Amino acid sequence: MEEGTASKRAAGRFCSICTQRKPALRRPKTLEQICRECFYAVFEEEIHNVIIKNHLFKAGERIAVGASGGKDSTVLAYVLSELNRRHGYGLDLFLLSVDEGITGYRDDSLETVKRNEIQYGLPLKIVSYMDLYGWTMDEIVKVIGLKNNCTFCGVFRRQALDRGAAFLKADKLVTGHNADDIAETVLLNILRGDIARLSRCAYIMTGEDGPIPRCKPFKYTYEKEIDKYAYFKKLDYFSTECIYSPNAYRGFAREFIKDLERIRPQAILDIIRSGENFRISTTTRMPEQGICERCGYISSQKLCKACVLLEGLNRGLPKLGISRIKAGNDGSGRPDEEPTRRGREVERPILESKPCGTLDF
Amino acid sequence: MHLTLEFGGGLDLLCQSVKIHQVDVAPKDENAKLTMRDLLAWVRSSLIKERPEMFMKGDTVRPGVLVLVNDCDWELCGGIDMELEEKDVVVFISTLHGG
Repeated sequence: MEEGTASKRAAGRFCSICTQRKPALRRPKTLEQICRECFYAVFEEEIHNVIIKNHLFKAGERIAVGASGGKDSTVLAYVLSELNRRHGYGLDLFLLSVDEGITGYRDDSLETVKRNEIQYGLPLKIVSYMDLYGWTMDEIVKVIGLKNNCTFCGVFRRQALDRGAAFLKADKLVTGHNADDIAETVLLNILRGDIARLSRCAYIMTGEDGPIPRCKPFKYTYEKEIDKYAYFKKLDYFSTECIYSPNAYRGFAREFIKDLERIRPQAILDIIRSGENFRISTTTRMPEQGICERCGYISSQKLCKACVLLEGLNRGLPKLGISRIKAGNDGSGRPDEEPTRRGREVERPILESKPCGTLDF
Repeated sequence: MHLTLEFGGGLDLLCQSVKIHQVDVAPKDENAKLTMRDLLAWVRSSLIKERPEMFMKGDTVRPGVLVLVNDCDWELCGGIDMELEEKDVVVFISTLHGG
C-alpha cells in the first residue's frame, strides 16, 4: 500500500535528470524535479564548479573550515572533504571552532563538532573567548544585557577565527555562509547604509591582501538545499538557535528573504547579484584601512573594534564602542570591583597580542 | 489515521524537545480525507506547546520551514492541499537558525 501511495502522489512523474527514479524535491534555482541521488550529484558538482571557476584553492594549501556544528558548516566540511578526495584538490583540511562560552548552546554544538572530527577524519582546533579575551559570552551578557551582545560576539568571533586559522598555519579560511545569508547581508548593508561593506559582503573571497583570506564556497547554494542535503544524508549537526540571539536585527531580514523566496526563488540570487554589481562613486570617501595601534591588526580606526569593546568591558564601561562615545586609547587597567569577574585574574598580554580583523560580514 | 511526525532544525523545542511523534489524527468528518491543512491545524493546537509563530504563519508553515512527506518535498505532492494517507511520515525542518 505504501508503494502505491508514493507513486500516486508523484503522479507518474520521473526525475528530470535520470528519468528513472521518482523525484524527491524541486530545485529552487531551476524548478527541476529531481530524485535524491541526482540531487546529491548536482549539489556537489555545482559547488565543485564554483570552487574551480573562482580559483578558490591551490593544491597543497591548508584550509581551515569554520565549523559551528550547525548544518551549513557541517555540510561544508562533509562536501569539501568529499570533493577534495574525488577531484584530487590536494588540500589539507582542518575544522576550526570558536567557543564563545555560551552555556547550553555552544557547549552542546561543540560536542557535534567533536563527533564530526572523528566522522570526517579532519583535525579540530577550538579557540575560546575565555582564552583570547578573558571573557565568556555568558559573562559579557551579564554585564551588557541582551541589547548589543551580538556586536561583541560578532567582532570577537571574527578575530577568534583569524587567530585560530593562524594557529593552524592555514592559508585560507572557508565559512559556510550560503546564498540566503549573503542576500540577507546585502539587504542589511543597504538598510544600514553601509557602503563599505555592501559590495564586499557579496564577494566570494575577501581579505586576499590580509594574512588569511576567507572564502564562501556556498555563496550560490540555497539554504533550502543545504538543509535537505543534511537531512537526506543524515549528517550529524546541531540545530538550536543561540540563546542570546532572539533580539537580533538580522532575523527580520532573514524572514523577508524567505518570504521573497516563496514567491520567486530566483530572488535570492538576484539580490546577491545586485550586491556584486554595486559600484561606489569615485567621489565617495571610503574609510582608510590602517593598523590597530594596540594589537597591530587591520583597522580603519586608531584602535580596532575588538580592542575598543574589550577595553570597555575591562574598564566597566561596556557601552564603549557601542554608543558614540570617544574611546580612550590609554588602555588602562580594569577595575577589580567589576561584578562578573568573579575574582579571576586575566593577564594583560592578552590585550597586547590580540590580532584584529576587518569587520566585514 | 496513524502518522509519524518528525520535527527537526530546532522545531522539536516547540513540542517539549521530542523529535519524533507517533500520532493518530482523525479527519474532520468520517468521509473526508485528511489534508496537510488539517494536519497543520492539528499540530498547532495539539503538539506545539510554545511560540507557534516559529512554526506557522497564517494557515501554512512559516517560510523557511521545509516539509517532507515520505521523504518527498511536499511542494511536489500538492503542498497544503495534499491528502495524507495511513502511515505517512511527515518531517518538518526549520532553516531559520544559524549554521
